[in-house]
Amino acid sequence: MTNAENKIATLDAEGISLKSVSLWQITWRRLFRRLSAVVGMIVLGVLIVIALTAQWLAPYDPIVPMMDLTPPEPVKARQDPCIHLFGCPRDQPQHIAGIDGNVRDQFSRLLYGARLSLMIGFSTVGFAIIIGTILGAVAGYLGGWADNVIMRFMDVLLAFPSLLLAIAIVTVLGPGLINALLAIGIVSIPAYARVVRASVLSVREMEYVSATRALGGSNIQILFRRILPNALTPLIVQGTLGIATAILDSAALSFLGLGAQPPTPEWGAMLGAERNQVFTAPHLVFLPGIAIALTVLSFNLLGDGLRDALDPRLAHVS
Amino acid sequence: MVQYLLRRVIASIPVLFGILIVTFIIARVIPGDPCRAILGEKATAEICERFIELHGLDRPIHEQLFIYMGEVLRGDFGESIRFSMPVTRLLIERLPTTVELSISALLVSLVIGIPLGIISAVKHNSYIDVITMVWANIGVSVPVFLLGLMLAYVFSLLLKDTPFWLPPSGRVSPGVPDDPFYEVWKLTVPESGFLPAFYQFISRLNILNALLTSNWELLKDSIKHLILPSLALGTIPMALIARMARSAMLDVLGQDYIRTARAKGLRQRVVVMKHAFRNALLPLVTIIGLSLGSLLGGAVLTETIFGLSGVGRTLFEAITARDYGIVQAFTVVIAVFFVIINLLVDLSYSYLDPRIRLE
Repeated sequence: MTNAENKIATLDAEGISLKSVSLWQITWRRLFRRLSAVVGMIVLGVLIVIALTAQWLAPYDPIVPMMDLTPPEPVKARQDPCIHLFGCPRDQPQHIAGIDGNVRDQFSRLLYGARLSLMIGFSTVGFAIIIGTILGAVAGYLGGWADNVIMRFMDVLLAFPSLLLAIAIVTVLGPGLINALLAIGIVSIPAYARVVRASVLSVREMEYVSATRALGGSNIQILFRRILPNALTPLIVQGTLGIATAILDSAALSFLGLGAQPPTPEWGAMLGAERNQVFTAPHLVFLPGIAIALTVLSFNLLGDGLRDALDPRLAHVS
Repeated sequence: MVQYLLRRVIASIPVLFGILIVTFIIARVIPGDPCRAILGEKATAEICERFIELHGLDRPIHEQLFIYMGEVLRGDFGESIRFSMPVTRLLIERLPTTVELSISALLVSLVIGIPLGIISAVKHNSYIDVITMVWANIGVSVPVFLLGLMLAYVFSLLLKDTPFWLPPSGRVSPGVPDDPFYEVWKLTVPESGFLPAFYQFISRLNILNALLTSNWELLKDSIKHLILPSLALGTIPMALIARMARSAMLDVLGQDYIRTARAKGLRQRVVVMKHAFRNALLPLVTIIGLSLGSLLGGAVLTETIFGLSGVGRTLFEAITARDYGIVQAFTVVIAVFFVIINLLVDLSYSYLDPRIRLE
């Protein structure tokens, strides 16, 4: 064995490895060290499993009222939860989250709601990231009048409270889940455009960019291969936290009757439909609300964890 | 300073114009016939024709835009089609509700959020810190409407017949006298102009009016009505502020001059409040400005749940009812409010940190 190999062997024996670690490995490792991020990931994991398997987990159909079943179930609208484990008589059918105002099993609807909520979060933020990245990259890379026009327009969008702007856009497009998603997507574009523009500006004049240009790289190549990868980490953080906001806002739209329409099992719409029953059937109002809060919380925890894990200033902590 | 202010105000004009144009366009492209939306499905073609002519809706769109811009510059927002009264009057009626709600929500978030953040930073990693941060994380994640309904459930139903009962809706209980201050003071109110509008606006700020007229019954009743809505609306900013206060304080407390201050033998209180807090204020002011903006979005939901007819609720109803006048006027007011907040935040930077020059 040579001297150098000996040294490596002793280092290995002491548990210090010289293997190269990628940014993603470091991030992953740091993420697992934060309790809050782990909690966020677990909750999110459970939600994803529920969303994927809702049709097998749900004991009843989320849309068909019980009285239309054959034979019809002996239940009343807005009946309290009946859980056999907690002393509900065995001869009564079990409904662990009660029955909603249209005689449907609330628990099944809650399970199906996870599917919609996650879909809403990912699709709106995905849309906003794509459009925001294009706008921000063009503004930052071209500069000049293009930058001015795009960013002033983003300022105008940001000057409205986002929920009010979303309400206005939905009214223009007409109420409905898809239009609500579009509205929330549009409202969240400026945040991503700003993030991307800032990263583009910070590396646009770097020497490696000039080097690529000197080698004959096209603008598209420079933008996508050399500049945009720098925007990836802030985009991931912003995107994760953005999903939380998007789910909250879309639930608010549905609550106001502008988003998902009945009988869609969407948490905000379920809560909104039973809002006047809060004093008589609180479970119908609180359970969907708590489901929204849990989902949003999991994305917030994960986003905070990612921000710390991806922060190069905290590199020594790993 | 004055020069800077002027430059900032001039620089915000294009954004304000953009806002005017965007609201105008949004209001016009809302599908559906404004006539039938307001007069009802059964309105005949003749009536609709008269209606459209009366409100100038038959002119070319750019002409309508110019007319509208001219009116706004003169401070005339036109009539609300649905309420058939001047929008300005409606604004005077509804704005105080939202102003009172937002200010008290902001107070809640500052008075609870900042101390919590400071304590968590000073007692870093203690159980107080952990509990506060867990609550702050939950606080940013709970939808405003869920929190509002939960508060109403607990304080209006579960705590019924206890001294902690709080009303679930409205601004004042029926029967509580709320004579406006200008009548109590026997002021002579001119027939028209700016002054009566201003008097009315002030008198509709219930708490201020109660203080001006020493009407303690009204004061107590208004505060009771305000507690639940402002808690519901203030929780998200409170959690954001607590988190920001904590991280800003942690940054500052780790610096050398803090160790110097401690080494000089200064008491903990002085070190934390005088030396550290002042320097942690800068990021805090930014987040406070931002949350003020989001308060207005939350106001729509809070006002809906607690049955308050404020700006948020009215604007929401106007958008869905295609009441152009209200949509345009209220949006302009909100946008101007935003521009002012941003200006104040920027001005406060140079006050808090003299190294930041306004140029």
